[in-house]
Amino acid sequence: MSAEESSLVKIALVSCGSEYAGVQPEFEEAAAKVNAKFIYPEIDVAFVDTIGRDFGLEVASGDLRLMMARAKAVVEGITNADGVFITTCFRCAEGAIVRNEVRRYIHEHSNIPVISYSFTESTSAGTLLTRLEALTTIVRRRHLLTREIQTGLTAGIDSGSTTTKAVIMRDNKIIGKGWVPTTKVLESAEEAYSIALKEAGVSREEIQALGTTGYGRFLIGNSFKAQLIQEEITVNSKGAVYLADKQKGNATVIDIGGMDNKAISVQDGIPGMFTMGGICAGASGRFFEMIAKRLGVDITELGDLAVKGMHENVSMNSYCIVFGTQSLVNSLAKGATPEDVAAAACYSVVEQIYEQQLQEVDVKEPLILVGGSSLIAGVPKALGELLKIDVLVPENSHLIGAVGAALLVSGFVEE
Amino acid sequence: MVKVFIYPINSLILADLVERFGHKPLTMMSQIREKVTSLSLDSPPINITPEDPKLGLKYAAIEVPAGVRGRMALIGPLIEQTEAAIIVENPPTDFGCVGCNRTNELTKYLIRSKGVPVLEVKYPDSDEEARDFVNKIAAFLESLPKEKTETEEKAKEEESAEKEDKE
Repeated sequence: MSAEESSLVKIALVSCGSEYAGVQPEFEEAAAKVNAKFIYPEIDVAFVDTIGRDFGLEVASGDLRLMMARAKAVVEGITNADGVFITTCFRCAEGAIVRNEVRRYIHEHSNIPVISYSFTESTSAGTLLTRLEALTTIVRRRHLLTREIQTGLTAGIDSGSTTTKAVIMRDNKIIGKGWVPTTKVLESAEEAYSIALKEAGVSREEIQALGTTGYGRFLIGNSFKAQLIQEEITVNSKGAVYLADKQKGNATVIDIGGMDNKAISVQDGIPGMFTMGGICAGASGRFFEMIAKRLGVDITELGDLAVKGMHENVSMNSYCIVFGTQSLVNSLAKGATPEDVAAAACYSVVEQIYEQQLQEVDVKEPLILVGGSSLIAGVPKALGELLKIDVLVPENSHLIGAVGAALLVSGFVEE
Repeated sequence: MVKVFIYPINSLILADLVERFGHKPLTMMSQIREKVTSLSLDSPPINITPEDPKLGLKYAAIEVPAGVRGRMALIGPLIEQTEAAIIVENPPTDFGCVGCNRTNELTKYLIRSKGVPVLEVKYPDSDEEARDFVNKIAAFLESLPKEKTETEEKAKEEESAEKEDKE
């Protein structure tokens, strides 16, 4: 790790009073784990009374006005910060408005990376870690994130909760792919990597740099001596805009994984606001696996089935993987077609993502859908219908993490 | 002596006025002081732990944001002790502010519905209004009963008993 990469990152905490929710120690703990430190931009108290008019957003809460004043202090360079973490109470409408607008303001008026989050008293350091890891990565590795072309011969391994993916890339082209179910993390990575290497026709020794991401990134990264071990928010943002050829400007990335989902607002390939679940198994790839099994079709056939069905013909009383499945089974008993049931399953998943994850993320076009579930044709169709926008599913959308890692790590080849 | 709740609850000016008239102001400062000086596990910067928003459930339901309930864990016990209250509307930040308007709304509601004497005054915009503002508060504080507390009565009794012994 270079001196720049190991240096302390100063993060301005722009919050409505997280200290009153009892979560401040969790914030501090998460920051310490990524070698970052929170700082509190100093402002004149009189600004709190006038900032609403200056900023153009007049709100009643003093601490929300304090947030605007602090954001201004960061943007104007009165406070020297490397990144900004904006956070307000979960379920506060006034807080959500200010959080979004302050984030937008900082993004539009500075190059300082910014991440936002809404907390409860149960927010843990673990929950915050990926977010702060992503924020400090943007600060420390901005030069890597600006990379738009893969160079040399590199590999990426994405150790996901359900599947492990590996790709080999040479001179901006994917030349080998491996995709296996995740059983034992290391063994699955070994298998996926071997398949990709074989398809590419290259040996392990020839690979100039390896990047890892996903849940098992540290384990496989350390074991395979990877040059880059990176969380999936940064990698997937980069991988998605690269695969979709939308590297400049705004984009929204939705990644429906085997067990959790991510919704990421991206600008110039760099992640801004994002939400990540585990919200519920009923909104994950696992739900599709269960429905496919119940319908007696292979998961790869579920999408084509769904495209032919009408979700409106099936009434689902619950998003739950247990009770939702029960609703679908009841519909079949009442005479609904498997096509309608498959369509309803796809609609149920995207509706949950809309209700629980997209509420905190700006949905700006293009909307790029990635992850294994994006291959189920009914999913992008349902998402497009729900959001009334065209959904882009790039080729190799299921390999996004591995491609992102191979692309980013090519920066180490030249170094 | 009456326990007087003040709004804004961290207003030094209001707290001082209440004390000058021989009453006890109920303030956020005293609550924070107790938090940071009593022995407990450290939870910087003001020793509020995730347990506090749970204590706040006494005043606001679970769907109310954690920051409101955490603040109510400090303010709620003061509301329970309140015997009279002064509410200043539209104060500037440097007069006092707890930062969260949802907390302010709930606090004022709980005070108003308590059935104790409440003075509601608007923050002054001119010198004349300022004089009127202070006069109204002074008149309100004057109107509150000034009887001594039991402790004070007891101390006084002890003092006079000592005097008698000496004589």
